Amino acid sequence: MMTVLFLVMIAAYGFGACVALLGGAGLDRARLVAAGAATGAGAGLALGAVVIASGQPFALLIPELLPIAGGLALRLDPLGAFFLIVIGAGAIPAAIYGAGYSKAYEDGHASLRLLGVMFNLFLLAMSLVTLADNVFTFLLMWEGMSLTSYFLVITESSEDSTLRSGNWYAAMTHAGLALLLAAFVLLMNGGTGAFSDLRAGAVTLSPEVRNLIFVLALFGFGSKAGIVPLHVWLPRAHPAAPSHVSALMSGVMIKLGVYGLLRVALDLLGGGPTWWGALVLGLGAVSALFGVLYALMEHDLKRLLAYHSVENIGIIFIGLGAGLIFHSSGLMTLAVLGFIGGLYHTINHASFKGLLFLGAGSVLHATGTRNMEEMGGLIKRMPWTALFFLIGSAAISALPPLNGFASEWLVFQSLLGGLALPMPEIALAIPIAVGMLALTSGLAAACFVKAFGISFLALPRSREAEHAHESPLSMRVGMAILALACVALGLAPFAVVPMLGGVLAGLGGLPDTRPVFTLDLSVQAPAGFAQISPAWIGVGLFVLLALVPLVMRLARANRKLRVGDTWGCGRIGQTARMEYTATSFAEPLRRVFAELYRPAKELTIDFHPESKYFVQSIEYKSEIMPLFERVLYDPLLRLVRRVSRQVRRVQAGSVHLYLMYIAVILILLLVAARWF
Amino acid sequence: MPALFRKILQTGLVTEPLGPAEAEIVQLVAQVDRQAQRLLGRALAIREVDAGSCNGCEIEITGLTGPVYDSERFGIQFVASPRHADLLLVTGPVTRNMEVPLRKTYEATPDPKLVVAVGDCAQTCGVFRGSYAVIGSVDKVIPVDVFVPGCPPEPADILRGILAALDRVSAQRA
Amino acid sequence: MTGYVFEMVQGVLALLLAPGLAGFVRWVKARLQNRRGAPPWQPYFELRKLFGKEVIVSSNASWLFRFAPYVIFASAIAVTLLVPLIAAPLPFDGMGDLLMVVYLLLLGTFFLALAGLDVGTAFGGMGASREMTVAAIAEPTIALAIFGLALGAGSTNLGRIVTQTLANPAVAVSPGRLLAFAALFIVTLAETGRLPVDNPATHLELTMIHEAMILEYSGRYLALIEWGAWLKLTIFFTLLANLFVPWGVATTFDPAALALAVASLIVKLAVLGVIIAVVETRVAKLRLFRVPELLGVSFVLALLAVTSSFLLK
Repeated sequence: MMTVLFLVMIAAYGFGACVALLGGAGLDRARLVAAGAATGAGAGLALGAVVIASGQPFALLIPELLPIAGGLALRLDPLGAFFLIVIGAGAIPAAIYGAGYSKAYEDGHASLRLLGVMFNLFLLAMSLVTLADNVFTFLLMWEGMSLTSYFLVITESSEDSTLRSGNWYAAMTHAGLALLLAAFVLLMNGGTGAFSDLRAGAVTLSPEVRNLIFVLALFGFGSKAGIVPLHVWLPRAHPAAPSHVSALMSGVMIKLGVYGLLRVALDLLGGGPTWWGALVLGLGAVSALFGVLYALMEHDLKRLLAYHSVENIGIIFIGLGAGLIFHSSGLMTLAVLGFIGGLYHTINHASFKGLLFLGAGSVLHATGTRNMEEMGGLIKRMPWTALFFLIGSAAISALPPLNGFASEWLVFQSLLGGLALPMPEIALAIPIAVGMLALTSGLAAACFVKAFGISFLALPRSREAEHAHESPLSMRVGMAILALACVALGLAPFAVVPMLGGVLAGLGGLPDTRPVFTLDLSVQAPAGFAQISPAWIGVGLFVLLALVPLVMRLARANRKLRVGDTWGCGRIGQTARMEYTATSFAEPLRRVFAELYRPAKELTIDFHPESKYFVQSIEYKSEIMPLFERVLYDPLLRLVRRVSRQVRRVQAGSVHLYLMYIAVILILLLVAARWF
Repeated sequence: MPALFRKILQTGLVTEPLGPAEAEIVQLVAQVDRQAQRLLGRALAIREVDAGSCNGCEIEITGLTGPVYDSERFGIQFVASPRHADLLLVTGPVTRNMEVPLRKTYEATPDPKLVVAVGDCAQTCGVFRGSYAVIGSVDKVIPVDVFVPGCPPEPADILRGILAALDRVSAQRA
Repeated sequence: MTGYVFEMVQGVLALLLAPGLAGFVRWVKARLQNRRGAPPWQPYFELRKLFGKEVIVSSNASWLFRFAPYVIFASAIAVTLLVPLIAAPLPFDGMGDLLMVVYLLLLGTFFLALAGLDVGTAFGGMGASREMTVAAIAEPTIALAIFGLALGAGSTNLGRIVTQTLANPAVAVSPGRLLAFAALFIVTLAETGRLPVDNPATHLELTMIHEAMILEYSGRYLALIEWGAWLKLTIFFTLLANLFVPWGVATTFDPAALALAVASLIVKLAVLGVIIAVVETRVAKLRLFRVPELLGVSFVLALLAVTSSFLLK
């Protein structure tokens, strides 16, 4: 059964890639590619579900492939299976959506062939990352995932900015790979590289080496996940990629960083000292807050969403950090709570961020712009997209009864448990983390009022927005699936939480906590500390929403409704130029956090030559300087450039010089061989 | 801070009875209470529109909301949007620039609604009659329920006008 | 079964009390201005009048504008079923804790802000922007105040907090509780649009926060939004009253205890109403960009509340 599903997954992705590569002119290539990808993702999802439901891992070893590195070893345990489900759940809607979305590339401004091949290979590589059971397989698939996604990012390579974004992404992801290589070499300690051996061997490593491995893995996987300060590629690569690819990269791929961290820190290393957790928690809190603060200042819809990915990865890391802290103190039930919060937010983020990116893609598809200041009024022209985007916005703002609330609640509760620790330094840091998390969620709500309100409501701000049209059916279906997932995951934590408890059982010595957390249709923090039931709240809200108009009718409230002009204090006409813009909406927060943003303002007023009481034109420019670019990356890039300039002298272009280099190196090598 | 509250306590209520006509007004209020309750309840929201007045009437209207006249005791409050209003209080002759805004304000007010025009100018254009900038009295632009004469009328007169308007409408509906 | 009856009673009671509370605060303020003022029951008249008027909807507005008032009102009612107004613990206590209460109220705020943007006027956008700014900055204080409360009571569920405090009265006067109370009081001013954050009686659009978003609403929609706002005031007052000073809240469902609970609730709300009125008489409205400083103070208070409850544990 499992083998069949596995083979179907491989075959379907392979089919999708082959169709894209070889397909002739007569075929509807976009549709076949999507069919392959969706089938593969569905099979992967089913495989993950079977593994979790049965608790039996699926294993496959092909030792003939590169025997020196241990061969290709595949094994799917419940943790990997959960991430495989996340991949499947994100990929099916993205593939369906992509069938309609990539039609726009048929005019030839991007290679549909390359997109189709890479899309399927990308999904395949991601799926196999979760299955990898030795270092060789893992790193091979990890790099495969990075490379294919790089090609997906530069799909629209005719634009220079896309290529630049691709460079950032490639550089960051390979810096991360270098760290991971170092971590795994240390972890292998000269052994075979099979994960079971690493698990056994990790106990014998000295604490210093274990710490080093952890830090390398944290930053290696962190660069993929997009934690601050390694997040700089997200706001560049996500907007550049086609929207369904952005949805996958943001919703799914960066989650594999979370997977890798859990696999190495919790499973292979078996947990560590308290400061590991504290470091993860701190990075998470900083990422969450910085992510949302920069998102607020962003008026490019897809960049805004990319910064929100940084925020949500931060929230996931807060959960994981809390889990690691409790794990190190032996408070296993609380540790599970933290990890569950993190994992729950992982799948939630995959659904609502995927949905939002697809929605942004529909807007881009309809208006040709990502700039929110040129949108507006889309709710009337694209009613379905607007509804789905609204659901996604409410979910990411953690509004009950949608899914963002359920997981943030779990993260909050796990932090609350932290005050039970007998360590004052942790207990004093945790309230700060709580404050940062709460501020993050409040600011996220503000940001999504902006994102939805400015893009979809009021009057259209440009001709393109005025003539926007609803997206084709395949795109709407893709969004509808994810919107339903947001609602379902929000209402059903009572089913999801025990499932996650099962996923975590046994990892790093965590107990099976399935019965502890749920009670009928509600979710409970350990020891009855707190309890909520989003399902009943959802039902209650629904009943009240129906009841209020009914009672108003019974009480004979006036039901007359007249449509008139907007009240504009009596002015003659209303135009879109009178509306609040995204910039003005975010202005109060820009002033509140001015210390961080360091906004640069430039005001040019062109006066009439006769009198300065008459103004001919006013130009207002304002920019914020991202902190990490300023203090970290600019100096780094300058340094690299300076070193490169020095190195360039070596490359003089003269053949004689190169011959001399070769001769010198040969002599040196011979001498070295003689002496050592 | 204690000084402030000591002063508040020492001053006591300053809201005055409405002069010699008080009995009449109280009676009117009671009457309106009974009749107009079905229509606008005992809650009347007023939107003030200055259609071009010299602001003399505005000063009197401001007095209406102060502690001495305290229109709030009759359930009358001034609101910030015609959408919230039940009654438009229009002052001044209607100037050319204010014609459209006045009409728009009237359209923006949900039914049932009333219009009270305050001051001589609103009825006759007063000293501004014949000016090139003035198009005429308020009732040339929107239907007026009650005119309150005076240049400017006293707050008590305005109050009486408002109550009379209520009375008139409830009488019509009765 | 009786429990569910009391849930309903509690919801209806909150609906009935809310306008009265708002009217009472207005009346006390009028008296402090040496005016006679409208009687405390004035808001009931206003509601009845608004429900009888027609609605005007802007031609620019979408379905969201007409949907938002129901969400605001329904989410506020949902919260009244979770908050222990007269009795604790109630059968719905396990459905939502304090975090649920806060985020349900945020749901209403979210839709109100969107409705403000929907008609496309400058004032609507201005109100939405300011409201979300204040709401976001108030959020950390609320979360920490909840933590301060939960630490003492061992739960974030409201019923548990009430019963634990009743069982262990010394907790109520612990420094952590007092600091959390102060923090939550400041947040109450911000969240319910009272001075010095927002002036509920202002007519000047440029200084508005809450009012600016609803300038476009009329008739029954306005009534729902106003009622929802008054409910929010009642909810925050009840949280302040019954979580920190829970005496009077019925723990059994017998009639005498419930009568006492209703009476004590009204007395507590009245006391808080007088306090708010005095504060509003005393302070001037802050500039918008001074509000974060005020909320910063409340955050520090809440932080101290949590740390002190931890240190003194």
